[in-house]
Amino acid sequence: MLSGVNYMRIKLMVNGAEHALEVEPRTTLLDCLRDHLDLKGAHAGCEHGVCGACTVLCDGVAVRSCLMFAPQAEGTPITTIEGVTPGPGELSPLQDAFCETHGMQCGYCTPAMILAAHALLAGNPNPTRDDIVEAISGNLCRCTGYAQIVEAIALAADRIRGANRPPELRK
Amino acid sequence: MKAAPFAYSRVANVDEACAMLASDDSARVIAGGQTLVPMMVMRLVRPTRLIDINRIVELSYIRSDGDTISIGATTRQCLVERDALIAADIPLLARAISFVGHAATRARGTIGGSLANADPAAELPLIAITLEATLAYRVEGRTEKMAARDFYIGPMTTSLPSDAVLTSVQFPKWLGKVGVSFCEVNARRSDFAFVAAAVQVELGDDGRCDRIAIGIGAATDFPIRLASAEQQLKGSALDAVTVKGAVLEALADFAPLSDLHASAEYRRRVAAALATRAVVDARSHALGRQLHAH
Repeated sequence: MLSGVNYMRIKLMVNGAEHALEVEPRTTLLDCLRDHLDLKGAHAGCEHGVCGACTVLCDGVAVRSCLMFAPQAEGTPITTIEGVTPGPGELSPLQDAFCETHGMQCGYCTPAMILAAHALLAGNPNPTRDDIVEAISGNLCRCTGYAQIVEAIALAADRIRGANRPPELRK
Repeated sequence: MKAAPFAYSRVANVDEACAMLASDDSARVIAGGQTLVPMMVMRLVRPTRLIDINRIVELSYIRSDGDTISIGATTRQCLVERDALIAADIPLLARAISFVGHAATRARGTIGGSLANADPAAELPLIAITLEATLAYRVEGRTEKMAARDFYIGPMTTSLPSDAVLTSVQFPKWLGKVGVSFCEVNARRSDFAFVAAAVQVELGDDGRCDRIAIGIGAATDFPIRLASAEQQLKGSALDAVTVKGAVLEALADFAPLSDLHASAEYRRRVAAALATRAVVDARSHALGRQLHAH
């Protein structure tokens, strides 16, 4: 430990598990997730709130983890892309849909896109195309041109709704 | 892109925050942090201490107080976006809020944070100036109030005392046949505006303009009102030709900012076009028909 550096003891609740950590207050939630908890799914892009690659869910709501300092996240349940799969080796309906519609190319924006979409579908199971575009408007993708991403989210929404329909009414 | 070291304190009440500010000139209050954190990681600002007011429960509320709506300083922008009281009584704020950043930044960003940060391109100071909001703050154990027009004195600069904490903002309700419009021009959706126009009108039974407020943001060091145009348009039918004439006259001695994104001349033209469009749209809105979809 460097002399003169202030460390803080904090507790973070990430993907359902509590972690006791010692961090400098200036550590962003993003760096804390990546470097202290080895959760590399939250990506560091611009690191000043423009690109959206670092999106995580705070209490189910999509936020930029580069714009929060780690001590500010104490007491709030955090979900990262590592926390959305139903089980080891499985994919969530959204992740599955992104694979199927080629909703990713380089993959850098993908975890954030999927989390933004999770937050959208949690509150709006039947989003219009405009709702989807609005929900991911803060997430930059330089590969896909967004069309397949929008398609992926619409497909996932349709499947999640379908999963609750009786079999005879499913498409 | 890492912030310089600082100490972090989470305070339980506003007076504690004021005392900390008074004892350390380089301490800063953090609310949503959606502008302060980028400024810190780019090392444009280097506070020695961050005073986190997010957990002060009594600073987060939206309530109706007679003829005003009062919003607590740490109320998240996303709450204002979805609030029925705001939609009904402060329609201009309801209209403008979706232009503030993105959903992910509105989830953390606060009303008071944006107001106190005083970015020239920010939408919330423009709405506060346009609607003649009152800002309440706590200083040395007292609660003081200040009109929005006295609050803003320069880019990122307010007349809030250095040991004061903004606690709430009051927006006056307009009764009657009210219409609003908000327009802005920027390079990308929800990016910083080059020019923004905010208009609220109230029409009489004869359809003429009883009351009007026209605000222009992002073009000057802080938002302004087009007071002479407002005077001229009161009592008129708000037809496009009259509106355009009044707006151009009001902008005659307008000296907009010039930067790499937009020249002063461009900003002047856009301000005139947006203000005219916003007044005409606000009238249509008041009449219950929305002619222009945005």
